[in-house]
Amino acid sequence: MPRPKTFQHFRDVQEELGRSGAAIFRDANGVESLVIDSPYSIHYIHSYAEDSPFFLALAEGKLLGSRCTNPSCGFVYATPRGHCMVCGRPTEWKELPRKGRVHSWTTCQFGSEAFLKETPYNLAMIEFEGAGSLLLVRLKDCVQSDLYVGMPVEARFASDPKYSITDVWFVPSK
Amino acid sequence: MVSGGVTKFAKAHPAMDFRLMVKKAYDQAMAEVPNLTKDRITGTRVSYFSDHFSRQLKAASMVQDYLGLNPKGSVRIEWGGATGGECFQAAYEAVASGRMDVCLAAGYETMSRVATWKGNEFIALASDTNFDFPLGGFYTGYYALMVVRHMYEYLRLTKFAHVKDEREAQRLAIAEGQRIMSWVSVKNHINATHNPYAQYPKRLTVQDVLDSEMISYPLTREQICTMSDGAATAILCTESVAKELTDRPIRITGVGTGTDTMRLADRPFGSVPLYPHEKPKDYEHLPYPGVHSFRAGRSAGLEACRMAGITNPLRELDFIELHDAYASSEIQTYEDLGLCKYGEGYDFTLSGAPFLKNIDYGLDVPRAGQMPVNPSGGLIACGHPVGATGLMQAVFAFWQLQGRIKQHFGDPTLQLRNPRRGAIHSHAGTGSAVTVSILERGF
Ligand SMILES: [Zn+2]
Repeated sequence: MPRPKTFQHFRDVQEELGRSGAAIFRDANGVESLVIDSPYSIHYIHSYAEDSPFFLALAEGKLLGSRCTNPSCGFVYATPRGHCMVCGRPTEWKELPRKGRVHSWTTCQFGSEAFLKETPYNLAMIEFEGAGSLLLVRLKDCVQSDLYVGMPVEARFASDPKYSITDVWFVPSK
Repeated sequence: MVSGGVTKFAKAHPAMDFRLMVKKAYDQAMAEVPNLTKDRITGTRVSYFSDHFSRQLKAASMVQDYLGLNPKGSVRIEWGGATGGECFQAAYEAVASGRMDVCLAAGYETMSRVATWKGNEFIALASDTNFDFPLGGFYTGYYALMVVRHMYEYLRLTKFAHVKDEREAQRLAIAEGQRIMSWVSVKNHINATHNPYAQYPKRLTVQDVLDSEMISYPLTREQICTMSDGAATAILCTESVAKELTDRPIRITGVGTGTDTMRLADRPFGSVPLYPHEKPKDYEHLPYPGVHSFRAGRSAGLEACRMAGITNPLRELDFIELHDAYASSEIQTYEDLGLCKYGEGYDFTLSGAPFLKNIDYGLDVPRAGQMPVNPSGGLIACGHPVGATGLMQAVFAFWQLQGRIKQHFGDPTLQLRNPRRGAIHSHAGTGSAVTVSILERGF
């Protein structure tokens, strides 16, 4: 049996794993380590549970927040949650306006591995009239130099929903 | 605390698995206290952040057995980026409660076991996977969102309030913020040139930092820490045992923790919990914490200071090792920890207060030495093997207070003159949890 190929740069080891599945790394002290490719993938059976109506509504082109049912509290959450953080009472669903303003933003030139092919992309936190918290979304149809805090934006919805938060995104308001 | 050990942090340590890394940091700590034999260690607390990186569940059990510490008690500690800081406090609690006479805190991370962008994915799985992760799975993006708002609140609405055109004012504020964040990066990288344990020591200029690759606007590569492999240990014990083991024990006089919502979007717009030297009027119209400040950091700082009897951290601490995973969060943390008021973090940086007096940074730093922050080089320059990071800070602070920086670094430059009291600060994802611990010279 031939020994795996030996490399002195760890980057070369990583590349070799893609070809043969095994490599030897020799460090500056001459110590050799056997490195192997070890793939891992999994399909989770993920339930949105109490958040489910939010994702079902996105597929119908509706943005749902939630409102505390306690009359003396009534806090409105732009990112919905089943129970109120302030008073602990249950919340009820409440449709949010389709228009909002940028509370903060960034343009990402990188992302984690699954999203690298989508770079660059904009992230924005949106504030809505009548809501006490924010919603994090992608901001499309605009580039870094267009973006600013306070920018008016409006929601767009996917015509082929994937039942993900990415079924909604925002664009600059006309 | 009577001893500590730390491996040199590196992009990858392929010749050592996590057990061997911890063993090296453990042996280093044990060598410093020859009177401490293994049988006197009551138990351990072991920390690592992500099972994904190890691909070995219950890896802490393998650390315990590799060190030969069975059947002593142990438990694994995990709390995101603050994992190391929590491990330190868990060991403190084990001793302070009377349960243990001697407790070993040991932490590690082996992040090189996956490619860098996969590593970013694992870290981002510590954000809400229904609402946040699917948008990019990228922590640098989250911190960029926070600092853009921070610059809006504290530069746009102040220094650039006179600029009429809104978009121009915001551009100017961000450009100024980027320049000041770069000062932090320059400071920490240059400090690290005197620390042989650091992963990325280098002499940079503000322009080098600004010119480095844009990762998530406005954060550039040199303003962000990287993935690391490494381990660190700390040995904590009761006061009476400490006196037998070392003539330079360090006392832990304050511990504090705080939390905030996992999602940035849920952070409230309320009022600021105050240090004794602050007044409600200071923050009359400030929506707090919003996404621009770390309420968990303020909570942790207040609790730790109260316990240690500190009323004004700027006056009563001699240095801080804080969690600068991003240059932005170092500036935000100055404010959380009460070194300056909210809104003064940028000016505090430019005053030079967090810089060391005896180092030439190529910058004008009139107040250098007032409150050295990250004299070791911090996460940006030392590396951030998550489960080890908070313990690394403890070890550097410990050596600093013992007056033994020269002995361990082979270079006296980073040794502060006669420091009596320092703080360490460990921070988890977007500020969802923070720990602050205060260490004092006990001799
Ligand atoms: Zn309520």
